[in-house]
Amino acid sequence: MGYPNPVSPQETPVLSQYFGNQETISLDGWRKVGGYAALQKALGMTPAEIVDVVKASGLRGRGGAGFPTGVKWSFMKPGDGRPHYLCCNADESEPGTFKDREIMRWTPHALVEGCAIGSYAIGAETCYIYIRGEFTEPLLRVRQAIKEAYDAGILGANAMGTGKRIDIIVHKGAGAYICGEETALMNSIEGRRGNPRIKPPFPAVSGLFAQPTTINNVETLAAVPHIINRGADWYKSMCLSNPKSTGSKLFSVCGNIARPGNYEVVLGFSFKEFLYDLCGGPPKGRSFKAVIPGGISVPIQTMEEAEATKMDYEGFIEQGSMLGSGGVIVFDDQQSMVKQIARAARFFAHESCAQCTQCREGTAWTTRILERIRDGEGTAEDLDTLLLIADNMTGKTICVLSDSCATPVVSGIKKFRSEFEALIKKTTFHPVTAAVA
Amino acid sequence: MATTAQPTAPSTPKMVTLTIEGRQVTVPEGTSILEAGKRAGILIPHYCYHPGLPVAGVCRMCLVEVEKAPKLAPSCATAAADGQVVHVHSEKARAAREGVLEMLLINHPLDCPICDQAGECELQDYTYQEGPKELHLKDPKRFHPAEDFGGDILYVTNRCILCTRCVRFMDDVAHDTVLNVEERGDRAVIGVFEGKEVTNPWAGNIVDLCPVGALLSKDFLNKARAWEIDRAPSICPGCSQGCNIMLETRDNAVVRLQPRPNDEVNKYFMCDHGRLDYRWIDRTDRVQFPLVRDGQSLVATDWDPAIAAASKAIAGKRIFVAASPNLSNESLFLLSELMRAGNGTGAFTVPTGPEAPLPGVEDLSLRADRAANGRGAETLGFRRSANPLDGMNDGDALIIADCELDGIAPEQLARTGSVVVIGTTFPQIARMASAVLPTANFAEDEGTFTNLRGRVQRFTQARPAPGVARPMWWVLSDLLTATGRTDATFFLASDVFAALGKSHPAFAGMTYDSLGLRGAIMAGAEGAR
Amino acid sequence: MTAAIPRNGHDGNQDGGHEHGAPYQPVFVGARRQELDELFTKYPTKMACLLPALWIVQDERGWVSEEAMAEVADVLELTPAYVKGVVTFYTMYNQHPVGKYLIQVCTTSPCNVCGAENVVGAFLQQTGCGELGVTSADGKYTVIEVECLGACGFATPVMINEGFVESVTPEKVPQILAGLD
Repeated sequence: MGYPNPVSPQETPVLSQYFGNQETISLDGWRKVGGYAALQKALGMTPAEIVDVVKASGLRGRGGAGFPTGVKWSFMKPGDGRPHYLCCNADESEPGTFKDREIMRWTPHALVEGCAIGSYAIGAETCYIYIRGEFTEPLLRVRQAIKEAYDAGILGANAMGTGKRIDIIVHKGAGAYICGEETALMNSIEGRRGNPRIKPPFPAVSGLFAQPTTINNVETLAAVPHIINRGADWYKSMCLSNPKSTGSKLFSVCGNIARPGNYEVVLGFSFKEFLYDLCGGPPKGRSFKAVIPGGISVPIQTMEEAEATKMDYEGFIEQGSMLGSGGVIVFDDQQSMVKQIARAARFFAHESCAQCTQCREGTAWTTRILERIRDGEGTAEDLDTLLLIADNMTGKTICVLSDSCATPVVSGIKKFRSEFEALIKKTTFHPVTAAVA
Repeated sequence: MATTAQPTAPSTPKMVTLTIEGRQVTVPEGTSILEAGKRAGILIPHYCYHPGLPVAGVCRMCLVEVEKAPKLAPSCATAAADGQVVHVHSEKARAAREGVLEMLLINHPLDCPICDQAGECELQDYTYQEGPKELHLKDPKRFHPAEDFGGDILYVTNRCILCTRCVRFMDDVAHDTVLNVEERGDRAVIGVFEGKEVTNPWAGNIVDLCPVGALLSKDFLNKARAWEIDRAPSICPGCSQGCNIMLETRDNAVVRLQPRPNDEVNKYFMCDHGRLDYRWIDRTDRVQFPLVRDGQSLVATDWDPAIAAASKAIAGKRIFVAASPNLSNESLFLLSELMRAGNGTGAFTVPTGPEAPLPGVEDLSLRADRAANGRGAETLGFRRSANPLDGMNDGDALIIADCELDGIAPEQLARTGSVVVIGTTFPQIARMASAVLPTANFAEDEGTFTNLRGRVQRFTQARPAPGVARPMWWVLSDLLTATGRTDATFFLASDVFAALGKSHPAFAGMTYDSLGLRGAIMAGAEGAR
Repeated sequence: MTAAIPRNGHDGNQDGGHEHGAPYQPVFVGARRQELDELFTKYPTKMACLLPALWIVQDERGWVSEEAMAEVADVLELTPAYVKGVVTFYTMYNQHPVGKYLIQVCTTSPCNVCGAENVVGAFLQQTGCGELGVTSADGKYTVIEVECLGACGFATPVMINEGFVESVTPEKVPQILAGLD
């Protein structure tokens, strides 16, 4: 459903079926709607079988990278004698994205079940669910669900009476967007600064506590019980465009739009129909100007591009952007793109971990220039400087936060250059003395 | 053992061959591209990487272009692979490095005229080599005040490039995590916890490691410009570890000691005790001219009469040598020859202090024995004792060889037959000496020390000796000749060393050339091959 | 002159409710110590208990003082410098005492286009704080801007201590403040 709006007929509520339903929060309520049948079934399969089913379904990581989940699980070598770990990435900090919180606060058991199946499939006895510190309600609900699951013998040393151990521990974050990056997330669990790690080594070889680890997004894991219950073919059949993009996806819609909320549609859905029909189009008296379809880190789309897009991984790339996390941020004609891109840069500058030179300095420098332009103090050289900085920040760092900061700048200047130029009046600039931090 | 041992071949690592800037180089599998570059004679610019520290890969300066790879690779953190073709100076790689340099320079203060690091600064070096021609920054630079980190360490926050070498050294090598990175983004700085100053005995190394002038030694602050400094390879005399150092002088005054890399002894490091204890090298109470007794007083004279007087003083008597454990093998060898000729003995005293290991490096510590050549003295026949006159008989000719005779009462010298002082200073207690022969200290001489593991290492001359003081081995050579020896005329320290090798099996076969700047283990010592 | 990007744990008003000169009382005693011991069973290393341990401190005291950092370092066998490095990385650990109610308003792009800055203005005015990061004179409120709270479709979300309020508009601010105590 386009929660909190009523479900529209074009939606395919799989993960969102119980959003807003108070009953399915508890274990009893979840069981009444068929919960934990999938886990029961999975525990009767071999891990390899589960991996094959997930592979066949075509499920791809829903956190933003879109990596095939079954393939990722197959990197975990069984029987190597080392403890394996599953980490659930519930850090959800990508601006524009708010789907995982809904899964966690309305259907926490869906996540617990998905994590349990995932752990078993990759040979892990321990799963850490990393929930960002700001998610007060999801933390409460998921912790409560886990307690219920332990009390009912679903989790613990003897999961559902099978003799297999499955432990799930909630790890509360403390305010850092970068901890949504999988290696930074592991460092954060280990009690370190949330610095991303150099790869190789890859997590499946040396991850959490230097052991083989898989990190999956909340939405990805919540889809797994459905795939186990209804089969890979069912999931694969949910496909409207490119066969490499299967299944349903929660799109978090926000910004200047009539009905913001989480909408679940089959991949390949028409973005134009999505924005104007399902989401109700622009607010009254306004018109759409731009949209960022996949969270703040993906390129800005013009409305022309957006209206031609099929909503899947390949479709967004074809129209100048990326699916990313599916966080749809809509800007209407009243917004200043310069102001919003400056604000986006400020976000990245605040969140940079400070390891890589280009990110540490570049995010702050970009912000300062953009804010100067926003305030009417921009100069003619500034746009070229911004693009030079963006080029230096792309493809040269440990993680892609640096690239993500460059993206709105590059796509913004490319597609909305006139807005920048309108604010630039000066051709020279008079520097001021150093500022004390 | 009855059974024959199976011969075990040393495991040979798999080798890979790659091409860097057109040069082929073969290295063991697992070597980074950056290290492979070094073997090929190519220095890939870098900051955060250091062979003595774990890899961080954060500065992004070492990015190189690898053919067929989608992105530029950080060469310090990328393993060399068979058939790789690497370009260090391609347009893409240079543009990336230029970008990093510009990013580092935008907030870096233009402090060069007042910064100690100038002249030995890696930011200056690489900017000059391949930096941006202009900076595009039009906004104010951020400012942080400098901080006193305690001990000898000053942190000039503004200049810091966040390479984190200092943090990694204290954490991984010194096992004393007193430094951290605080905050995020461009607000990040290196920090200490208030009240927990950086007083670790190995902390001075972070000043060496800092590529820029962010971490400075208070001791060295504003003392000398890097280009005014003369440098001589030497050995730290602070203890028996024998860390390899560079002895640095400005206008012949010692301004700084810095570690010199030696994989077998000290890797890249030295302790603060040795590092900061160099002022004695420039002490002003040196004997500068030979003195001979004339009635109640000692008068300055030329060398020849001084040698003659010394020779006369020791003639016909049993000889006892009170030696310093900081004398070179060459000097100790000739002293022992004098001893033998005089049917005598010798002793040395070693001051001791608490040990301070560097936990992250095998077998590296500030040693309890606070002397450079105790092992050499032992090997050459001197007795180690708490009493510097241990073994002296009444009526002996006492040769005080650069020894201060701590703890000795004047009455004890009254029982000697004669006293000759050969050394850098003239101890008060030896005022009755017949002759005083001035010598050079280790900074003014060339020779070898033997460390606690039996490694014989060379030190070289950094500056001339004061007055007409001469190397001790030279003075002893003259003295031996004056006593009638015909084979003891030495003009070169290397000749003394060769004679030592002929006479003592432990030093057999060693030459200054074979020692080079790494040294070699004495025959029969543990670790000798 | 553009505003500097703020330091983490924000430089709050020093006075907010902290007793000057009182000796430091350890946190990890009694029930809190038991919580810590429980944590040790959930992670293979003591270092991994650091973030949860810091949360215990913040739950107990409302902020993480330098003495608390030293205590945490001691019980987890880490150094105080290490703990401080971690504390200053994460924004939610307050490094200074804050007002009774820490009001955190999201102003990142999706909320920004929905008038988040007006919400900030309303809070600043009606709490009497006047300035971001400065605790009100009566010690009750501190208002700060934060980055994306992950509730973008319910603009503007506001956290008040650990409480989460959604869909805040300037009109709703008086009611929200009245409901606090």
